[in-house]
Amino acid sequence: MTAAAAVVGIVLVSHSAAVAESVAALAAGLAAGGAVAPIAAAGGTADGGLGTNADRVVAAAREVDRGAGVVLLVDLGSSVLTVRALLVEGELPEGARLVDAPFLEGAVAAVVAASTGAPLDAVAAAATEAYDYRKS
Amino acid sequence: MRDTDFFRRWMTATAAAVEREADRLTELDSPIGDADHGSNLMRGFTAVRAALEAEPPQTPGAVLQLAGRTLISTVGGASGPLYGTLLRRTGKELGEAAEVSDEAVRQALYAGVGAVAQLGGAAPGDKTMLDALVPGVAALSTSYRAAADAAENGALATVPMLARKGRASYLGERSIGHQDPGATSSALLLGALAEVAG
Repeated sequence: MTAAAAVVGIVLVSHSAAVAESVAALAAGLAAGGAVAPIAAAGGTADGGLGTNADRVVAAAREVDRGAGVVLLVDLGSSVLTVRALLVEGELPEGARLVDAPFLEGAVAAVVAASTGAPLDAVAAAATEAYDYRKS
Repeated sequence: MRDTDFFRRWMTATAAAVEREADRLTELDSPIGDADHGSNLMRGFTAVRAALEAEPPQTPGAVLQLAGRTLISTVGGASGPLYGTLLRRTGKELGEAAEVSDEAVRQALYAGVGAVAQLGGAAPGDKTMLDALVPGVAALSTSYRAAADAAENGALATVPMLARKGRASYLGERSIGHQDPGATSSALLLGALAEVAG
């Protein structure tokens, strides 16, 4: 596969495994119609509780890395701080980026954009722009 | 000069202090947090102790870097990346030396605390770990005991503060009147350092 054809990967990091997996399924479902970008859920702690599992985040990022970069969406607290710490320590694949975006809406926007083959900057921008969608 | 064993004993003493105070940390975390600080840190420092025994690091810097990496992997809550970053950055600053001076320890911890502030975006007065760590590290130029006392006083001083970071910040005014659990555990870390320094 050439670099131009590579797709941006998406990682969803939540305190809850169920939330991460459900949002991943929702985003993939709403983006369906063509090829769907690789998505991985990294939710909950290693023992199935609420929290963040850094090793799972690293594994998820590697799993969806196709060489075009990886966008990470996070919920709050330890999810944010864990991804930031992993980025500082260089433990995530090259081109991995924490995006400032609403978790669910940002995930849908990122998966839709990435599935069109959009580059990293455009996928990250699509996720962040999800903040601009007002509901009332 | 402080050798590798000194830093291993610091981590072991911290693990013991966290174990001893785990219930109190979780109690402090109940009204303003999610009631898991004691158990999270205990899991983390128990793993640190096991990691240091399984593959004993050969330098002071390596001890703290392994401890930090282990905390990031095992804690599960926000204190994992925060304490993990503190110890890893401090360990990196200590470099490859087999023995380090107290002045090097002071400078390395200063950098470590700076990395925590940057990671969490908090400042002193926000009712966080920094309210114990910042005065604690500032007092290191006097002695390890002075640093531990300053951190303890810093933790006590978080009681009237309004939380501006983390889950407690959602409580707004209702966060006032409670001692911050992170500042309290930070005082344990510096207390353990004073203990092993004798």
